[in-house]
Amino acid sequence: MDTYNSTFSEQFDTAHISPPITGSSQINVGNTERIISAVGGALLTYYGLRKPNTLGLAMAAVGGSLLFRGATGYCPVSGAIGLNTAENESIAIEITRSLTILKPRNELYQYWRQLENLPNFMQHLQDVRQMGPKHSHWIARMPKGIGTVEWDADIIQEEKNTLLAWRSLPGSDIDNAGEVRFMDAPANRGTVVQATISYRPPAGAVGGGVAKLLNPVFKQIVKEDLRRFKRLMETGEISTIEGQPSGRA
Amino acid sequence: MKALCWNGINELNVERVPDPSILNPGDAIVRVTMSSVCGSDLHLLDGYVPTMKEGDIIGHEFMGEVVEIGPGVKKLKKGDRVVVGSVLGCGGCEFCQTDQWSLCDNSNTNPEILEKAYGHAGAGIFGYSHAFGGYAGSHAEYIRVPYADHGSFKVPEGVKDEAAVFTSDAFPTGFMAADMCGIERGDTVVVWGAGGVGQMAMQSAYLLGAERVIAIDRFDDRLEKARVHAKAEVLNYEKVDVLEALKEMTGGRGPDRCIDAVGMEAHTTGVEQVYDRAKQAVRMQTGRPAVLRQAIMACRKGGTVSIVGVYGGLIDKFPMGAAMNKALTFKMGQMYAQKYIPQLLDRVAAGEVDPSYMLTHKWSLDQGPEGYKMFKKKTDNCMRVVFTP
Repeated sequence: MDTYNSTFSEQFDTAHISPPITGSSQINVGNTERIISAVGGALLTYYGLRKPNTLGLAMAAVGGSLLFRGATGYCPVSGAIGLNTAENESIAIEITRSLTILKPRNELYQYWRQLENLPNFMQHLQDVRQMGPKHSHWIARMPKGIGTVEWDADIIQEEKNTLLAWRSLPGSDIDNAGEVRFMDAPANRGTVVQATISYRPPAGAVGGGVAKLLNPVFKQIVKEDLRRFKRLMETGEISTIEGQPSGRA
Repeated sequence: MKALCWNGINELNVERVPDPSILNPGDAIVRVTMSSVCGSDLHLLDGYVPTMKEGDIIGHEFMGEVVEIGPGVKKLKKGDRVVVGSVLGCGGCEFCQTDQWSLCDNSNTNPEILEKAYGHAGAGIFGYSHAFGGYAGSHAEYIRVPYADHGSFKVPEGVKDEAAVFTSDAFPTGFMAADMCGIERGDTVVVWGAGGVGQMAMQSAYLLGAERVIAIDRFDDRLEKARVHAKAEVLNYEKVDVLEALKEMTGGRGPDRCIDAVGMEAHTTGVEQVYDRAKQAVRMQTGRPAVLRQAIMACRKGGTVSIVGVYGGLIDKFPMGAAMNKALTFKMGQMYAQKYIPQLLDRVAAGEVDPSYMLTHKWSLDQGPEGYKMFKKKTDNCMRVVFTP
């Protein structure tokens, strides 16, 4: 399918790109969970403190406790209710966003297919290196300079100018996958780009709860990255006011 | 450099701030030679446009000299004397490509704010709050102009600064107001608000074929300018019953095209003003839509209401029944600067319009706070204060 269809998202099944459950997402409050806790905690605290309402405060509070959990590797909630996160099924989170870009399908596809270009518009990616025709190495920055996470990924599906899907390999710091589809918008209105990002937070009930809380944050990130892609493609630059003068300096 | 900063509601200060620099390939730096106050700035000063931050540089209607260009700038060069549109357009999105520049998808750096408030975000505007991109404004010695190739226009030889500066915002806004009316032969056009934008709307209405133009305001000096420079018949709404007068002047038909060049801080008389002011004070409505209500009531059946006065949020007691049952057409929007500026510069160069009479006070930037005070209180017959940084 390469023409935009409004019922598309209902028909669209992305189960096939779900990241695999690997050894790393099953171990108990180990590296992965600590990293996710720390990343998620920092994000929640940051977004929570920006929201001047009860939800914001709740987000900030949960964020703070996650930061603690991430930093220490100890989860007081798990401890209190006697949960071993390793014994529970993990849940994949999946976010889909679309945007219309006034550029031809092939141009957009070609830019995205050069995976090295992704950090130009995906804010949290530091570097992507193409290691072979299908194989790549990814480095992502964590917020607030906590550090970086790395993984290898394979392109698992590829239809020229239409679809690209990738998935992290077993043993990654964060199990994740992505798919992007390029469809003609009606009557020369450009291309509808639909991106789906999927990742698997650490196992267990707490992990699932974390996932629910993190979902809006990641939704926002995917939306912003997609918008940055649009801006870069349509104008060759991404609008900014960072570094302009003000009386605040 | 020196810049006029917003530091709170009705609090402006001239401050020392860092000089701007090129941040994106399509940027230019312009040395500001003239920068005008605008009625829409008063909404910022009065606190009706949220998302202002302490220290923001205001001002959006300006001209100057290009002193630096980014590597992506192709049409401009150092030394060019340019007028710059107040609304930023990227040139590459669907809206810019179809000449609807103020709907630009890409120039607003904070689209999430307006997406929450309006469903979708419009373009960035210089010096007009963080909801509109947070761009530093033009009441400063220098300004960074993003998408410079699209928003900056060389001023033809022979057009003086005093006229050119108003092709940045007031003239294109007024022209678009008249253009949206779809004026036909024999039409009477009424313009509420005889400030800068209103004056330009009146003159534009004639340029686009209006038979008669009527101006409505409460300041006699502004009405006098409308009469002399824009050949408008004038009504002072504090002295006459506007609806009755308009009907009488048009043989009972009502005016064909009605332009709101006032917006959300309209004044009116009597109970309606008290009601609107009270509701606005407690933020139950963000606009006082007295002009809009009157325009809808006055407009002839099947006529057009064209809105360029700025509205920010919600209004109350909107006469929808009158609008629907009279089959009115509503047209509105922030102006498409890049669409109109080139032809307006040509019209000024050709002597069809000379907007320079609107410049009543040419002051230095150091007098910024007093300039706005005078402009707001409309003392000393002030129509426009223009700063020469």
